[in-house]
Amino acid sequence: MATTLTPILTKFWDDPQSWTLETYEKNEGYQALKKALSMAPADLVQMTKDSGLRGRGGAGFPTGMKWGFLPPPDGGPRYLVVNADESEPGTCKDIPLMMAAPQFLIEGCVITSYAIGCNHAFIYLRGEVVHVYRRLLRAVEEAYAAGHLGKNIHGSGFDLDITVHAGAGAYICGEETALLDSLEGRRGQPRLKPPFPAVAGLYARPTVVNNVESIASVPPILLHGADWFSDMGTAKSQGFGIFSLSGHVKRPGQYEAPLGITLRELLDMAGGMRDPNHKLKFWTPGGSSTPLFTDEHLDTPLDFESVAAAGSMLGTRALQIFDDTTCVVRAVDRWTDFYKHESCGKCTPCREGTWWLKQILGRLEHGEGSEEDLDKLLDICDNILGRSFCALGDGATSPITSSIQYFREEYLAHLTNGGCPFDPRESSLFAKEKATA
Amino acid sequence: MSGDNFGLQTASGHLNVPVESKEPYPADVLAGLHEDAAQVVAKYPQKRSALLPLLHLVQSVDGYVTGRGIDFCAEVLDLTTAEVSGVATFYTQYKRHPNGEYTVGVCTNTLCAIMGGDQIWDEVSEHLGIGHDETTADGKITLERVECNAACDYAPVIMANWEFFDNQTPDSTKQLVDDLRAGKDVAPTRGAAKVCSFKQVSRVLAGFHDGLADEGVGAGPSSLEGLRVAKDRNWTAPGAKHAAPADGDAGTAGLAPGRSSSTDTPSNAADEQAGSKPAEGK
Repeated sequence: MATTLTPILTKFWDDPQSWTLETYEKNEGYQALKKALSMAPADLVQMTKDSGLRGRGGAGFPTGMKWGFLPPPDGGPRYLVVNADESEPGTCKDIPLMMAAPQFLIEGCVITSYAIGCNHAFIYLRGEVVHVYRRLLRAVEEAYAAGHLGKNIHGSGFDLDITVHAGAGAYICGEETALLDSLEGRRGQPRLKPPFPAVAGLYARPTVVNNVESIASVPPILLHGADWFSDMGTAKSQGFGIFSLSGHVKRPGQYEAPLGITLRELLDMAGGMRDPNHKLKFWTPGGSSTPLFTDEHLDTPLDFESVAAAGSMLGTRALQIFDDTTCVVRAVDRWTDFYKHESCGKCTPCREGTWWLKQILGRLEHGEGSEEDLDKLLDICDNILGRSFCALGDGATSPITSSIQYFREEYLAHLTNGGCPFDPRESSLFAKEKATA
Repeated sequence: MSGDNFGLQTASGHLNVPVESKEPYPADVLAGLHEDAAQVVAKYPQKRSALLPLLHLVQSVDGYVTGRGIDFCAEVLDLTTAEVSGVATFYTQYKRHPNGEYTVGVCTNTLCAIMGGDQIWDEVSEHLGIGHDETTADGKITLERVECNAACDYAPVIMANWEFFDNQTPDSTKQLVDDLRAGKDVAPTRGAAKVCSFKQVSRVLAGFHDGLADEGVGAGPSSLEGLRVAKDRNWTAPGAKHAAPADGDAGTAGLAPGRSSSTDTPSNAADEQAGSKPAEGK
């Protein structure tokens, strides 16, 4: 096998007290901070650029370049805001990371803040995960007590406070400018860009918004070197990332690996499909907003470029895997429900478009409607994609257009069958228990 | 509770809000709220940022976002009540009518739904005799269909007061709600030793740590699958190489002790343009 797993952020999650500062410090914790405080901030930005780290929240924008966009200091505040609003369907890496090893994120925040000249950082956590919030609050308390946060950190003269902020349930707040509005105490709706957050972000001040896993990756990169990181992965998608396998696989879970690993390799590690009699039908490479893949794509390297070349996006490496017991129309109908529910209402294509998509998909799943509805769906998608205010609308079209591309016959079968040809119980985890009960 | 239409919207979009939702807070409760609110506001450079936590705080006292709670937030933050209501109605965790002691959320987003969440929903909804965002007559359980809660490797997932219940079945979920209604202590799969009440959890979400962070596991079995495979096959990350800083004189350029202002300079190359590509959060 070509690719092997690389436990770095997941390395000590099995420690019985993995979340404590003590455990973290036993595992190289806060050694990188010591090193950072002896360096020039600009060198830290350069190191992050050299490492090739690209945003782990889905878009893949180079992290160091994002830091470098901040204008020169003008004496006023500059902010780091961590996007911990993980809620893209299928995505489940940041939440376990913050639950098991929150200090990676805290140390990453201190180093990043030092690099960009920030004295007050924020972690915006979705509100629906109370125990993760407790772990973050505790991690921040421990870091203050140890002098990793607060005034004059380790005698460097650098000050940093971290506020951990809980959201209140809104997928759109994962969009970075909606997140900033929400953090300012407003409805979470995206802002017009430009100006970008680097110029006018939180409180209209220069702001860096980064994903949890991006920031958590900074301490290991600094400790082991930009080359160590960039030697992993592929030429343009460097380093490692957490791949989240879910659905019809034998052992779903978190698999930390270099970018460029394939689903075939990951499936082998995860014990294959849950039932060898049912083959892989479709999967998402990076959450529901990334166009579906099929078994044709088992050997597509999971890096930004290869996935894009194959017509999808690497996204958040949320591999939701469905076998041939699953009705693709049902799956897409439900995702569409989600986008309709979570559309913030700011722009017309997304607000109205997702509503209509849902109406049409709902009737198709129930065997009503007509073949023309498929063209209508594609037409509406065409009016949303690239015409909505933010990526939520674009994402809503991905499962629809890709499923019609690969499974048009299955849509039509709903019409000829007068309803869904699948038994939903077949695809559930407890189908067999039920049958024998 | 007043009237059958309580909490429902009229055709014109107005909420039916009970009179008691507007009754002023008793003086001691109000004093406590002000004390807590001051602590929350102090965490932010601008006080409006405290609005989301303050709405959680209102729920920790009233069990939902009351009229008097909206008045309170508006007064503390110098906002209009319309501004506060506009925010409160945007987010799904803010309840517009009295919530049960436990919110039980069944994930019915695609992956969980297909793995059995739909069946769980059907059975538990029938078992309790209530639908989405409805509460049992004893005031114990508010049932919800929830969106993806970032635990897909544990599908199907149930959230009880925002604690994780992993790998659920219809029977385990019915047992869960029965135990909660019977007042038994119920332990989440990954979380505190027992599920706290809706009001208690709302207080945590307002930013008041309840000291339970050290309870529960660090990671569940699925979170550890990759690590387990790596250990079995003796795979590790590449050995730590010595970092080679480009300038070689790291250590001389750090901030001088006592200096705390920002010191970085934009260090992008000339051809790196801001705005060349919007970096979406998703």
